[in-house]
Amino acid sequence: MSTSVKRVYGYLAEFESASALYKGAEKVRDAGFKKWDCYSPYPIHGMDDAMGMRRSILPYFVFFGGSTGLLTGFSLAYITQVMIYPTVVQAKPANIFTTSAFFPIMFELTILFSGFTVLFCLLGLMGLPRLNHPLFASRQFHRATDDGFFIAVEARDPNFSPEDTKELLAAAGGTNIELVEEED
Amino acid sequence: MADNENKAEQNDGSITLPVFEREKLILNGRSYAWITDRIAGIVEKPQPLLWWLLFIPCSLIALIGVVGGLTYLVSTGVGVWGNTNRTMWGWPIVNFVFWIGIGHAGTLISAILFLTRQNWRTSINRAAEAMTIFAVCCAGIFPAFHVGRVWMAWFLAPIPNANAIWQNFKSPLLWDVFAVSTYFTISLIFWYLGMVPDLATIRDRAKPGIRKFFYGIFSLGWRGGNRQWSHYEMAYLLLAALSTPLVLSVHSIVSFDFATSTVPGWHTTIFPPYFVAGAIFGGFAMVMTIMIPARSIYGLHDMITMKHIENMCKIILATGTIVGYAYLMELFVAYYSGGKYEMEAFKLRITGPYWWAYVVMMFCNVVAPQAFWLKSCRENLWIVMGICMLVNIGMWFERFVIIVTTLPRMWLPGDWKYYEASPVDVLTFVGTIGMFLTLFLLFLRFLPCINIAEVKWTLLESDAHFDDKQAHPDEGVEAQPAYQYEIDDAGKHRNMEC
Repeated sequence: MSTSVKRVYGYLAEFESASALYKGAEKVRDAGFKKWDCYSPYPIHGMDDAMGMRRSILPYFVFFGGSTGLLTGFSLAYITQVMIYPTVVQAKPANIFTTSAFFPIMFELTILFSGFTVLFCLLGLMGLPRLNHPLFASRQFHRATDDGFFIAVEARDPNFSPEDTKELLAAAGGTNIELVEEED
Repeated sequence: MADNENKAEQNDGSITLPVFEREKLILNGRSYAWITDRIAGIVEKPQPLLWWLLFIPCSLIALIGVVGGLTYLVSTGVGVWGNTNRTMWGWPIVNFVFWIGIGHAGTLISAILFLTRQNWRTSINRAAEAMTIFAVCCAGIFPAFHVGRVWMAWFLAPIPNANAIWQNFKSPLLWDVFAVSTYFTISLIFWYLGMVPDLATIRDRAKPGIRKFFYGIFSLGWRGGNRQWSHYEMAYLLLAALSTPLVLSVHSIVSFDFATSTVPGWHTTIFPPYFVAGAIFGGFAMVMTIMIPARSIYGLHDMITMKHIENMCKIILATGTIVGYAYLMELFVAYYSGGKYEMEAFKLRITGPYWWAYVVMMFCNVVAPQAFWLKSCRENLWIVMGICMLVNIGMWFERFVIIVTTLPRMWLPGDWKYYEASPVDVLTFVGTIGMFLTLFLLFLRFLPCINIAEVKWTLLESDAHFDDKQAHPDEGVEAQPAYQYEIDDAGKHRNMEC
């Protein structure tokens, strides 16, 4: 017979609207929490400020992804057409001045590599894909993709305390405050 | 109230302008839950009878036309397409350009209208993007099979063949391979990433079982936390910014296939913008052709409102007029060039054996959409559907006119033949129409056809400051006419002089 040990994930509190969530988030932010998140069915503008988050760093990755694509496009066309197998078609030269004819290839590969960088770096930054998450054990969390607004504060956060955090969430306007536990 | 709405001149000379409410994108004050239920409900409930009545014939047509037609083609030889000379080769290219053009409206709606902050795009972008993907699938069939030996199609990929010969990277045909495959890949990424939050919605509504399993896998474990949304929004912006030049490049490069040749009637610099405008024009017509029936069947009137349809009509009118301008400018440039062959090519297009195709093109693409100047025409769905069908036909004929009326009078007498499509030609094209509609019907059945998350975002109460705005309603904007400053300044000066 096995015994199941449960580990506390944190508190989940519901807020009645986007405005209430925004105000609640400001209070949680000011209380100095770091490991927490606001859940909403759609992106709420200005929420990054209310949570004290910085701008996404995704564009930096994409810049390097796009540059790699540009270089790949140029190398692919230049090395094969000019260096290892000079191809003279329609009397067009095979030297450095041919590069202008490679612009469409270079452009398309820049976009292609950037697009893949967006996809894979986005998944990496979001920590996805993952098959399960402790929050999915909550009985009300399924509404976060429908019409529910939630704040979840994780127990991993150093500021977390079973009583004070619950009070803070209640004072911030949270209702249906639930202790979410995960099976270990 | 009446005073407030009229321009009430106040004692100090300033004018208070009334605040007008923005036209709502979601009608009847629908809630978040209603939106979720209506869109996810399409996937969850059994399909209406009409869906089956459309799906069965469409899938049969696809099966006979595409699977049957192409099996016959591959097992017999490309000769069944009647490719006896270069004129007869026109059909697959007409269909390729036609389908690839259809796809452009999807990316326009999802990328360019996103960057220009046109919020009405949210109700139609998902279906339009799906249409893009399916149209590019249909388009890809034609160049892949018209190479003759389809098992050699890998020669198009940038890898050396058996003789270590590389592709000619200076050729527009190879640019086309890169452009179309990049376009398809990026459109797919854009479409899928946009769908992840909505797949999570369906996952969260499903009971444990096969549906929850598959939507769970494809929604990647999405939770909708702001730490995810923040990166997600950035990714969406980046993809929109990448797709915007991409969509313009794709049809430009398709037009290079023609424009860089030395064939009279093709060798013109107007081709890239003319092709792009035509693609957007034809694409929007196809969006309307499939979305207006879907809107009626699934009762989406509150989300795809008359405003959406009117906006699309206006885009069709604008791009149709650009296309009309391009047709006339082509003629003018042919005249102005003084080139004998150029002039003859266009004279032949209009008065030659294919005059009927030119008339169909001109009527469907230039004359018919002008009805959209009238509000009454934009509001009557039967008229809108009729004009969109004409545009679909007209855009196919545009490609027919460009390609087929030019080739039979090329330099070699071997090409001088009146164009005839073979039965297998026709069968394959009709098959791709069936395939396109089958894929779209499956999309309606299995995937959320409207962007649930983004549509919610257009509601007034979605704003983080909605409560504050309700508590302190804006009474009006005080505007001072510019001349007022001058009068005040003059007054001050006069006072100082005194």
